[in-house]
Amino acid sequence: MIRFENVTKVLGGRAVLDQVDFEIGEGETFVIVGLSGAGKSVTLKHIIRLMQPDSGRIYIDNEDLVAADRRELQELRRKFGVLFQGAALLQWMNVRDNVGLPLREHTRMSDDEIRKQVDDRLELLGLADAAEKFPSDISGGMQKRAGLARAIIMNPKIVLYDEPTSGLDPVTSRRIDDLIVDMRERLGITSVVVTHDLHSALAIGSRIMMLHQGRIVENAPPADFIRSQNETVQSFLESQYITKKGKWEELIHG
Amino acid sequence: MLHLLHNTGQAMFMLFEAIWFIRHAFGRRSRQETFTQLYVTGIKSLAVITVVALFTGMILALQTGLELKRWGYEEFIGSAVAVTMIREMGPFMTGLIIAASVGSAIAAQLGTMTVSEEVAALEVMSINPNRFLVMPRLVALAVMMPILTVYTNILGIMGGAVVGATQLGVSVRAYMDNATQFAANKDLYVGLLKAFVFGIIIVTVACHQGFVTREGAVGVGKATRRSVIISFLIILVVGYMITRLFYI
Ligand SMILES: Nc1ncnc2c1ncn2[C@@H]1O[C@H](COP(=O)(O)OP(=O)(O)OP(=O)(O)O)[C@@H](O)[C@H]1O
Ligand SMILES: [Mg+2]
Repeated sequence: MIRFENVTKVLGGRAVLDQVDFEIGEGETFVIVGLSGAGKSVTLKHIIRLMQPDSGRIYIDNEDLVAADRRELQELRRKFGVLFQGAALLQWMNVRDNVGLPLREHTRMSDDEIRKQVDDRLELLGLADAAEKFPSDISGGMQKRAGLARAIIMNPKIVLYDEPTSGLDPVTSRRIDDLIVDMRERLGITSVVVTHDLHSALAIGSRIMMLHQGRIVENAPPADFIRSQNETVQSFLESQYITKKGKWEELIHG
Repeated sequence: MLHLLHNTGQAMFMLFEAIWFIRHAFGRRSRQETFTQLYVTGIKSLAVITVVALFTGMILALQTGLELKRWGYEEFIGSAVAVTMIREMGPFMTGLIIAASVGSAIAAQLGTMTVSEEVAALEVMSINPNRFLVMPRLVALAVMMPILTVYTNILGIMGGAVVGATQLGVSVRAYMDNATQFAANKDLYVGLLKAFVFGIIIVTVACHQGFVTREGAVGVGKATRRSVIISFLIILVVGYMITRLFYI
């Protein structure tokens, strides 16, 4: 569904992505982990062509993303919903208008229909009370959920999450995790999740890829990921108090 | 140098695309934003413009009036003030104030949107920022700059009349007669053309500086300051060129 072939990207004189090669299948919840500056956000930006690689190819459903012209790009982007790291809601619109923006822009739905669709999503995400509020007046967790509501309003096949739980309290974080799992189980959505939080990575991921200094150091299902022999992976696991044997085994999806 | 060319090219592309989208200005998707921008642009700087315009006219009247009075020609201050206001000072002063108030606000807002990834979010949703953000602001400034300039002119000329009547012994009637006698239609058209062009310059520079903002809040500050300085410089140079074009 998403395929990177030898993707290299140089930023600020440094190869942030260095011949990166991976594939994400339909229905997966693909988690990307790594230290700060490892190139996780840059990878995500390449998937929706907010950045172009210096060399290498990227395919979405076997269509060449790098070479797509304007119209093709628009078609390809339609498959995606994106939750940005800071939610990226427009500050001058209330939550309802923010979530309904893609419908207003791309469909001929009447205002009433849009409102109904939006309120359905807000209900689903527990935001019914916040519809009239402005982004600056709601908490970070609510902003992320509103961002998620906007990301899925056009029924995308693939949702990208850039650190959906960072800066949130543990309880809200687990709720977002549940939402991501829910989204796959109920709507069959493919997810790509960038996170620092290994606990949630292990809990929700069908596959975990670790980036380090522009290269992939591990790309495996959770059960294999925590048994990785790679030193970088091991020290990353230990830094979050995850050892090979332990209760984490139970958390991992089969 | 290459950098400058690159930026100019980018800004021009943005401007042309926004112009292309003007046909959507009052369509369903942009109508509300266009009205908001028209309103904000028109209202935001009215107080400052009022004060600046009045005093510009008063200073002009006082300076030229004192000189003219030495030779006994003080009844000519009407035309001196009117022609200077309409040709030069009206559009120029309005341009500077709008660049400093509305232009800087646009740069700050779009800059904030850029660093908080709101602009990227629009692109991902296939919402063209040049239509969604730039075009309504372009319409607002292109419409409001000439209107505000007329307002500046009127207040400036009134300020001159006050100084004429109180300090120089020129009656308001004589002042107005003289003003209307010498100010030509051409002066008005050229002045309004300037105002229109200044409006486009301000919006182009401000939006472009907003979009190229990097590095968080510090970057937004830089973008705001740069947008004001660059607008000032271009307004000065282009103002001179338009004057040259029409009066030589
Ligand atoms: N537009 C850019 N211009 C120059 N350098 C960039 C740009 N975007 C990212 N970088 C650099 O690329 C590297 C990887 O950035 P990226 O945002 O992908 O990190 P990350 O893995 O998402 O880190 P974090 O966990 O902190 O979000 C960083 O060193 C960053 O400074
Ligand atoms: Mg990041």
